[in-house]
Amino acid sequence: MRTLYQFHGGVHPPTNKTQSTRTPIAPAPLPGKLVIPFHQHVGNMARPLVKAGNRVLKGQLIGMPEDGVSSAVHASTSGTISAIGMAVVAHASGLPDLCATLIPDGQEEWVTHEGMAYRTAAGADVRLALRLAGVVGLGGAVFPSDLKLRSGKHKIKSLVLNGAECEPYITCDDMLMRERAAEIIRGAEIMRFMLDAEEVLIGIEDNKPEAIAAMQLAAAASDDKMEVIVVPTIYPSGGAKQLMRILTGIEIAAGVRSTEKGMQCFNVATALSIYRALQFGEPLLSRIVTVTGNVRNAQNFEVLIGAPVNELVALADPLPDTNLYIMGGPMMGVPLPSAQVSVVKATNCIIAASDKLFPPPPPALPCIRCTRCAEACPADLQPQELFWFAQSKNFGKAQEYSLFDCIECGACSYVCPSHIPLVQYYRFAKSEIRALEHEQAAADLARERYEFRQSRIERDKQEKAEKLAQKEMTALAARQSAATPEAAADNSAQLRIQAAVEHAREQAAAARPKNIDTLTPRQQAEIAEIEARRAKAREMAHPDAGQPKE
Amino acid sequence: MLTALIVMSGIALVLGAVLGFSAIKFKVEGNPLVDKIDAILPQIQCGQCGYPGCRPYAEAIAAGEADINRCPPGGEEGIRKLADLLGVEFKPFGGGTVQKPKAVAFIDENLCIGCTLCTQACPVDAIAGAAKQMHTIIAPVCTGCELCVAPCPVNCISMVVIEEKITTWKWKYPVYALAPVRRSAFGRAPE
Amino acid sequence: MLLSTFISKPDSVSAIMLKVLLALLPGIALYVWYYGPAILVSITLASITALATEAAMLKLRDRPVKPFLSDNSALLTAWLLALSIPPLAPWWLVVVGTAFAISVAKHLYGGLGNNPFNPAMIGYAVLIISFPSHMTHWLSPHGLGQVELSFADQLAYIFGGHLPSGIKLDAVTTATPLDTLKTQLQLDRPVKEILGMPIYGALAGKGSEMVALGYILGGAYLLFKRIITWHIPAAFLGTLLVTAGIFHLIDPGHYAAPLFHLTAGAAMLGAFFILTDPISGPTTPKGKLIFAAGAGFLTYVIRVFGGFPDGVAFATLLMNICVPLIDAYTQPPVFGKKDGGAK
Repeated sequence: MRTLYQFHGGVHPPTNKTQSTRTPIAPAPLPGKLVIPFHQHVGNMARPLVKAGNRVLKGQLIGMPEDGVSSAVHASTSGTISAIGMAVVAHASGLPDLCATLIPDGQEEWVTHEGMAYRTAAGADVRLALRLAGVVGLGGAVFPSDLKLRSGKHKIKSLVLNGAECEPYITCDDMLMRERAAEIIRGAEIMRFMLDAEEVLIGIEDNKPEAIAAMQLAAAASDDKMEVIVVPTIYPSGGAKQLMRILTGIEIAAGVRSTEKGMQCFNVATALSIYRALQFGEPLLSRIVTVTGNVRNAQNFEVLIGAPVNELVALADPLPDTNLYIMGGPMMGVPLPSAQVSVVKATNCIIAASDKLFPPPPPALPCIRCTRCAEACPADLQPQELFWFAQSKNFGKAQEYSLFDCIECGACSYVCPSHIPLVQYYRFAKSEIRALEHEQAAADLARERYEFRQSRIERDKQEKAEKLAQKEMTALAARQSAATPEAAADNSAQLRIQAAVEHAREQAAAARPKNIDTLTPRQQAEIAEIEARRAKAREMAHPDAGQPKE
Repeated sequence: MLTALIVMSGIALVLGAVLGFSAIKFKVEGNPLVDKIDAILPQIQCGQCGYPGCRPYAEAIAAGEADINRCPPGGEEGIRKLADLLGVEFKPFGGGTVQKPKAVAFIDENLCIGCTLCTQACPVDAIAGAAKQMHTIIAPVCTGCELCVAPCPVNCISMVVIEEKITTWKWKYPVYALAPVRRSAFGRAPE
Repeated sequence: MLLSTFISKPDSVSAIMLKVLLALLPGIALYVWYYGPAILVSITLASITALATEAAMLKLRDRPVKPFLSDNSALLTAWLLALSIPPLAPWWLVVVGTAFAISVAKHLYGGLGNNPFNPAMIGYAVLIISFPSHMTHWLSPHGLGQVELSFADQLAYIFGGHLPSGIKLDAVTTATPLDTLKTQLQLDRPVKEILGMPIYGALAGKGSEMVALGYILGGAYLLFKRIITWHIPAAFLGTLLVTAGIFHLIDPGHYAAPLFHLTAGAAMLGAFFILTDPISGPTTPKGKLIFAAGAGFLTYVIRVFGGFPDGVAFATLLMNICVPLIDAYTQPPVFGKKDGGAK
């Protein structure tokens, strides 16, 4: 029996998972319209490759990953692109983002695709294939998987497969493990091979006996060293860092890569999509979504990326008092700005919410420093202090108290007897700090450019003055030696220069704005005022310089 | 008595020598306070404070000639930081300065005559273009100072407010009444 | 719209405070058993004053009255204060103390969650400094007083200041065990002899030691319900025990036994109910230990060497001052940053 470790804190919210595990995963029917955002992953937005009116095939690349951290976007089915434009997407901001609208033709006509010999191909090629297949972490983080499959300079000991699925209501990974364990294990074998990891540890919470059994059976059939490890049910054991801590006892601090400690962690659904992408050349076109909450038939569906949420929820028969859809679970989920947004790669669960299911919180009272939050925090933070600093917008202090180690799991909010929306305070503080850092960088750039410009102007002035002085010197010398023949030659050169200067001066006069002769008195007044202001500004900048020459 | 006097004078002499030596050895060029103030200012170089750039304003603040509340681009956060640095009270914006949303300049390329007046006005060289050539704004380095707007003889420069995008969106400060919160009506964007 | 978790543990500030009030009941019951029902009068009086002052202050501060009035925090302050002052205290003493605690010590600092000092202890400190003589009218436990007042007589005294004719105040009240010990020690009597006096029981004061037992019961309930953690009671009582033990070993004739100090005065009330106030206490586990240990040491020092008979209130207030410092220096390491981040 393997020794398991505990992480600090954690909570035990009611799991509410049985509602959606009674029936197998059902394929969702083809919707009338797919709205596919180009930015479904961490990193840069994919660059659109299609235009309105283009016919596309199922699996066709429509969004090309742009440099660095990025991932590809594909047509989820065959049909016609009706528009490329801004549409509201599944994001807490409720803001629109660039999307492709695809009208399916019902043919499901695949683009030509084939698997690759990933065991013999170069690692970089395999990773490129994954990047172009749009494979990202399906646990919710949507980080491009190819970037995590570089073994790099650190030796990877353990590949951790995350099947903990600790958040209440969500069962998509549970059902996937029950039904497609063999494919997940094949994906794990590929990843283990790519990372050259010694072992594969598959962590599953003990409230999923069927999934555990299926995965154990599949893992036993593998030639690789794989172990399905049953972990106790506690939220947030499915957090990558928390799971790695449970399985290995090693803690990964914020800002540290897990590979430095010899570990890499993937969600089970990601393993499956890696397998599909490399074995069959199928890009990530669909995912399993749990539809649950205030519905009559909670169930898991295999849904095409881009399918509208309202059509999906309709399959589960929502109750009439539903007044909100939540993407994700009740702990970390975000409310959807509209029911028309589409399913994206990060959509693991849609909860139909009502005031009865999730009663609005009672009024928030001040913090009484009871430290229930600190006892529940899986990152060993002092949430009450962070709250205090975030509330008073004391961002420096918040950072000092490790705000960015917060994983926003919501355990603190869950236990808070004062019902303070703690997570929102942390999210607020984090985004303010990021914005301030961005502004600081912009200010530094502007200062650099401004100072460079000042020095350039200064340099120009100096060079001009030097030239002038030199010219006068040569003129003087020419006058003094006008009698000699060489001087005559010199003189002609001098004349040529003078002519050129004259010419330049004329040109300068001609280059004056052409339209200033026919100005209205108001415009003239405006120009005079501007001139006055500029003169004043100049005066203030160089009080001793006086009026410079025009 | 005499010993004490000698000891005290000795200590005074030694310490004085150390102080004098370090004053020469560790002499700081320029005024570090100006640098500190300048570091807080947003470097928009807009001149809204009445000084021709951020550094002149910083110098004026350091000299006690200017108030700390004349920099709209720095926001109230900026005033607060200046107040902290200088050990004075925070005060709201004054002197006729108003805060505006962040914007970048935009040149209507159909109207531009290539007069270079705007490039001369731009404090951060964020306008590309030569004489009689069409000019264009290098948006990522434009600070939105508006100094190029006035000199343009054909009024082809306008300020475009930077709209919030998903990538620049910020989580809002939680605002709640001490009465039970009701959810916004379904389908509408949350407040 | 708030964007935090959609579910929350069914818990609330008022439920927590209510559980603390419940935990006080065994102590109060034993109090009534040994000293008669007068304490219930001051508890009621303090409660009414606290709620009225709370409501008035909320109105003045333009805060919603209902959610704050129902959080039970004012009641808790009132009960703790009432239990700290003599049950025969005149009605105005209770009212002044409670009103000061709620208005000045709590609301002038920003109300619930913002008071740096324990309001009940501030109220107690104000009373003992301003009205020291009234703060010594402790009732004698059953069977010890020369005369026993009926409940009606007690009421008459509390509200009217009159005792039945022929009865002197000294006949019905007595100094506390701690107070008696202190005054008798000044008369150069050895501890052993003093503790043989009739007001002393098996461990400390007759009656009061049983009330302390009631507080231990309540404290156990709070620990069981996870309202408080073990840190503060353990560190406070442990330090008090060790300090008293050391002095007792040095000179048993001069310094009372450690168990006496644990069960006398407000030690148990302090350990489980006063020092554990989260608002004015530290938040880190290590900080709680330091805070409570400091309070335990100070309590002993004030009791034995100070000018006041009991030291819990002043020890609490003195340690309250240190809380921000303690918190700042005892921040636990965060995830992954504990000694190299290994097991």
